[in-house]
Amino acid sequence: MPSERRPPLALTLAAAAGLVFLLAPIALIFLYAFSSEEKSFQWPPPGFTVKWIGVTLHRPDVWQALGLSLKVAAISTVVALVLGTLTAAAVSRSRFFGREAISLLVILPIALPGIITGISLRSAFALLDVPFSTWTIVLGHATFCIVIVYNNAVARFRRTSGALIDAAMDLGADGLQTFRMVILPNIATALLAGGMLAFALSFDEVIVTTFTAGNQTTLPIWMLEELVRPRQRPVTNVVAMAVVIVTILPILAAYYLTRDGAQTAGSDK
Amino acid sequence: MTDAVTFRGVSRHFGDVRAVDRVDLAIRDGEFFAMLGPSGSGKTTCLRLIAGFEQPTAGEIEIFGTSARGVPPYLRNVNTVFQNYALFPHMNVRDNVAFGLRVRGMGRRERHAAAEEALALVELSGFGARRAGELSGGQRQRVALARALINRPRVVLLDEPLGALDLKLREQMQEELRALQARLGLTFVLVTHDQDEALSLADRVAVFAEGRIRQLGTPAQIYRRPASRFVADFVGSSNVIPAEVAGIGAPGQWASLRPEDIRLDPAGQAARVTGRFFHGRVTKLTLELRGQRLSALIPAQQAAPEAGAEVRIAWSPEHLHLLEAEA
Amino acid sequence: MSTEAPAIFAPRPGLLPRLADRLLRRPRMFVFLMVLPITLWLGIVYVGALIALLIQSFFSIDEFSGMVVREFTLKTYGELLRPANLDILLRTVVMAGAVTLAAAVMAFPIAYFAARYARGIWKALFYVGVMLPLWSSYLVKVYAWKLVLAKEGILNWIFAKLHLTWALDAFLGLPVIGGNSLSVSYAGTFLVFLYIWLPYMIMPLQAALVRVPPGLIEAAADLGAHPGQSFRMIILPLALPGMVAGSIFTFSLTLGDYIVPQIIGNSRLFLGQAVYLQHGTAGNIPLAAAFTVVPIVVMGLYLWGARRMGAFDAL
Repeated sequence: MPSERRPPLALTLAAAAGLVFLLAPIALIFLYAFSSEEKSFQWPPPGFTVKWIGVTLHRPDVWQALGLSLKVAAISTVVALVLGTLTAAAVSRSRFFGREAISLLVILPIALPGIITGISLRSAFALLDVPFSTWTIVLGHATFCIVIVYNNAVARFRRTSGALIDAAMDLGADGLQTFRMVILPNIATALLAGGMLAFALSFDEVIVTTFTAGNQTTLPIWMLEELVRPRQRPVTNVVAMAVVIVTILPILAAYYLTRDGAQTAGSDK
Repeated sequence: MTDAVTFRGVSRHFGDVRAVDRVDLAIRDGEFFAMLGPSGSGKTTCLRLIAGFEQPTAGEIEIFGTSARGVPPYLRNVNTVFQNYALFPHMNVRDNVAFGLRVRGMGRRERHAAAEEALALVELSGFGARRAGELSGGQRQRVALARALINRPRVVLLDEPLGALDLKLREQMQEELRALQARLGLTFVLVTHDQDEALSLADRVAVFAEGRIRQLGTPAQIYRRPASRFVADFVGSSNVIPAEVAGIGAPGQWASLRPEDIRLDPAGQAARVTGRFFHGRVTKLTLELRGQRLSALIPAQQAAPEAGAEVRIAWSPEHLHLLEAEA
Repeated sequence: MSTEAPAIFAPRPGLLPRLADRLLRRPRMFVFLMVLPITLWLGIVYVGALIALLIQSFFSIDEFSGMVVREFTLKTYGELLRPANLDILLRTVVMAGAVTLAAAVMAFPIAYFAARYARGIWKALFYVGVMLPLWSSYLVKVYAWKLVLAKEGILNWIFAKLHLTWALDAFLGLPVIGGNSLSVSYAGTFLVFLYIWLPYMIMPLQAALVRVPPGLIEAAADLGAHPGQSFRMIILPLALPGMVAGSIFTFSLTLGDYIVPQIIGNSRLFLGQAVYLQHGTAGNIPLAAAFTVVPIVVMGLYLWGARRMGAFDAL
């Protein structure tokens, strides 16, 4: 509901204060990454150095955790893309028994507190005698990543007229050609945006992961250990900064992709 | 000669709803056929049955003598101009038009040339590089037409093709459609709820209601000799009056009388004018005659009585048409 | 010219097109196959696991052996009502409620400004301002607040520079919400929760506000409403579904979180921590399960109410 009038001063101030509240702590992360202080969180930092970036780059535990997180996020995203798109297509293209139940089922893992999902999955794995592995983490992540892809895809399917599919078939395209030449190009940007957001969500997840990882260390679990039992604060500072940078990029890309289609990308994390 | 499309006892039910109910129909090769009816009368479902988007619940459809049972839309040599056109938004005009050739594996250069030719046919030469979103309603309509014609289908289906256009454009497109059909000699099947459109374009018209064909005939037959009250009511706003008032048939029967066939006549029956509406070429009067409401159209050059006036009206007996009892 | 072409073409060769063709001719089968994987995973494994967990809450633990007794009992639920456990529940629900309310109040001006007035560079700034904290790593955000709230950190420094340290001390001296320092007080926990979940309130609220046509506000003004009235009678009711949608996140996420109070806060437990401890260290799975029933029931009621208010359309 854009309008041309000037905003009231009080509104401008409140909105600006809100922005400062939202952004200042993240800005602080960047400053502390270059602080020369090693033992405490002293403000203002007594001096600045880039030495800790080098130290961090030579820490194998950080690299291992990063590698595992990237692997898990990549696989979870692919799983979420396939399942989320299939479900969205079924729910938005046809009416069938249990359709409402499925759309509720998909939001359940994010509507319920993560700890419940975590504990449930852990007991399910125990019950089915599944040993902890990368795949148990992936299954946990895919569970709540599906909804991200699903929401983006459903929104796009709703905007894509069913007549387009009819039209393609009418003109002689078989099922596969219709999918490749009409359906996929129409939902591609929504899937890409959903996939990137799912990737970011999985990359960052810690609550469910603590229950499904066993003794494997993803990057968030590494961070959690550092928060509870700090070993080398400056390294944590640098890792924190790196994580922020890594998450900004997909967000900006997702914004760019769904800009024309308005609200689909992040409104439904 | 084989008929283009044949329906034999075709029904399509959606749960308890009988969208199409035991329809028999033969559309001739090369004719312009219209399916006319209110929304929900089954005409669009019939079109979708021919295109292959729906399969009949019962009965048999043949296209040029070949059974269409179980044949998916993409194996039918039948193309559709969709309501609201359904142009692919991620393609430009040329790729939209060439789509049918592309899925059949024609090379890029060849199909682009063919698309240009098809665009010329609908007077849109040079629009190939534009996006569908940049076109006006009338231009989109032409693109949709070119896209449906490029495959050289045996039957062209048109689903309310002019519904989204304004009046002037609609009349122009009607002329063009008619000319195009005559030139190509293809079988056109038009679905519409607009009686003027059906009557002015088609060689033959089928009037649908509640999943069945109520009357099938030439436009003149449908207009002049409606078979039932429903057809008389729906096709042009005819007066439907009891036989006693009309002066023909037996009590309990009904007759139709066109508003333009009622004239002011000092020797006629007494009626009261309840309203007068100026329509340009004609003036429409609403009348009350022995408790019956009638409407009459009076040519503009004739002086029309004001509301509340007592007038005398008459009609020639040959304009009365006795209706069959409702099924 | 058209007479030589057949009216119906022969089926296409190839295994894959034929398979796709088969599927398309059986739409029910097709839909069934599309929803099969999600039904198997979410409907059977996930929901099954949830139900298995709930069933465990009706078991109890043998106090001597520490073994789970697999017999139906309400004893574990009785345990939930012990003062210590009841405290945990109450503390968590009050915190979740407070965070939700504060988030709604704080989110409104941001969302309203972004939806109605932000243009060009400001629009991008608001986007980044909301999306960056939303998508930044959860732990990085908690960590950032550890930096902010530390004794030697920036917040204390600002108060000192403004000569307001006395005010902060007085605030920390307050009962319940205060403490030795911000990082070990409920006030600190509250601030971090608010920070972390605030974007989840802004997003749906902004989505709802963007959909309010400006014509409505003009219509209200035209009919004689002054700005306060159009806000109360037009904008607020239309924004409410968005706010309720946002509150689903803020409330649910606070309810189940066990990491924030563990890092910023005093040693009093929140629900998530209690579940974590009972499940892990204490090994009392029935009690952990009984604890998880509380947020499930609370969220169930909440979602039911939200659905009736049309919040799901604003997601």
